Amino acid sequence: MLEVRDLHAYYGKSHIIQGVSLDVGAGEIVSLLGRNGVGRSTTLKAITGEVEPVGTIMFKGEPIAGRKMHEIARRGIGYVPENRNIFPTLTVRQNLILGIKSMREQGRWSIDDMFQMFPNLAERADALGSVISGGEQQMLTICRTLMGDPDLIMIDEPTEGLAPKLVEQVSGLLAEIAKRGVAILLVEQKLDIALDISHRVHVMGHGKIVFEGSVSEFRANNQVRKEWLEV
Amino acid sequence: MESFIFAMFNGVLYGMLLFLLASGLTLIFSMMGVLNFAHASFFMLGAYFAYQISEGLNFWAALIVAPVIVGMVGAGIERWGLRPVHRYGHVAELLFTFGVAYVIEELVQMIWGRVPVPYEIPDAMSGALFTWQGFDYSIYRVFMLVVSVAIFVALFALLTYTRIGLIIRAAVSDPIHVATLGHDIPRIFMWTFGFGCALAGVAGVVGGNVLGTEPAMAIQLGPIVFVVIVIGGLGSLGGALVAALIIGIVTRLAIFYDYGVGSLVLALGLEIDTAGMLRDFTRITTAQVAPVLPYLMLVLMLIFKPRGLFGTRDV
Repeated sequence: MLEVRDLHAYYGKSHIIQGVSLDVGAGEIVSLLGRNGVGRSTTLKAITGEVEPVGTIMFKGEPIAGRKMHEIARRGIGYVPENRNIFPTLTVRQNLILGIKSMREQGRWSIDDMFQMFPNLAERADALGSVISGGEQQMLTICRTLMGDPDLIMIDEPTEGLAPKLVEQVSGLLAEIAKRGVAILLVEQKLDIALDISHRVHVMGHGKIVFEGSVSEFRANNQVRKEWLEV
Repeated sequence: MESFIFAMFNGVLYGMLLFLLASGLTLIFSMMGVLNFAHASFFMLGAYFAYQISEGLNFWAALIVAPVIVGMVGAGIERWGLRPVHRYGHVAELLFTFGVAYVIEELVQMIWGRVPVPYEIPDAMSGALFTWQGFDYSIYRVFMLVVSVAIFVALFALLTYTRIGLIIRAAVSDPIHVATLGHDIPRIFMWTFGFGCALAGVAGVVGGNVLGTEPAMAIQLGPIVFVVIVIGGLGSLGGALVAALIIGIVTRLAIFYDYGVGSLVLALGLEIDTAGMLRDFTRITTAQVAPVLPYLMLVLMLIFKPRGLFGTRDV
């Protein structure tokens, strides 16, 4: 579904992404692992168009590199940024409404679905985005992107800074997303969660993909883990 | 007391007119980061278009059509002017709108001349609606107040209860993220810019015949509108309303109660030599001070509370 070939990206003069290639198939969960600062988030941003990509990005068989951000989103790529961009002056419900791309088509998720999965959000439906807890904000950001009915969702560090119970809720949500046939490209620091739910793993180092394989191949390869992931 | 109420009425009226201008400017400023120096020029275009349309048709047609044309002109300038300039940063954008202000002024002078045009209050609305305690409350001024309050209510409802309003408010705080949700930010910018210009156009239609429709009207009102959005706080529509009312009321009261500084000091029970060294100082009247007051407030606000009354981010 998503094919990235020889992707490069720059911040000013620094060459952040240096020839990344990766694939995500329909309904597949793929994790992008690596230490902080190796370019995982920038890879996602280059796919969304926020950072200018150099290289080939195909989505559903069509090239999307160089297209406008909203067009890429409308083709079915959802993106959940790392910093939980809740719109602080909008309520929880309004944040969800904002995620809907078209009022005419009913996607596979409804606001009621979200409230059923996360009773916390339902209770706080009319509270401002700025006053809900960090965990609730994280749920809300993912739910908001789902309201746009993406076929692929890219999620950046969803469990960062969350309490263990919330981490469990987030991984439950990821499983539910996959169950409804949405592919996931996950950037995640917590190895156990990533390995638990993923089909395949990519490891990044210094702006390049240094390992690619199935979860069992990754588990069998201690060398990669030691060299590129452990601090 | 009666005269106080009359002065307040005029102050609120002037304040609401300022709000019509400031609301569009603060939307554009907070959303696009563009300090639209030409904003008051769209106010002027509104007045001139209204004059032209009332000549051919009537005032009511002008009230609807003139703001629409002004909005289209604004959207066009954003689309084919400001958008290409955007990539060179905010300074280039500011200079661009600065140029637009002068181009509009020169065009207006070329078409309608340097002297004021006779854009008059419609006959049906000349005269007093009622007289209260010796003061005439004119039909037209009450009408102006009704129009501006109606627009405030409509604008508030649009931004609070509609989906497009939500998108605009979200784009104010984080346009990039709104784009990743699939909303076409450049198009929203274009229409917000056009809509803001149309609001200024409405102010021109209803205010041009009272304040005078002439090529200098944009330059006269432009700076004070910036004062309103800084005092109110960038991006805050409620703040723009409060600041516009404060400035409207303070300046009108100062003109209405035309006290000399000397008599004010005396009224406070202090002694002052009105013939000696401070003679010239004591002759200053509050009416003379009135035009400076908004700028004094601006300076103080920037020093002590740079986010304005209700703003969420620095200027």
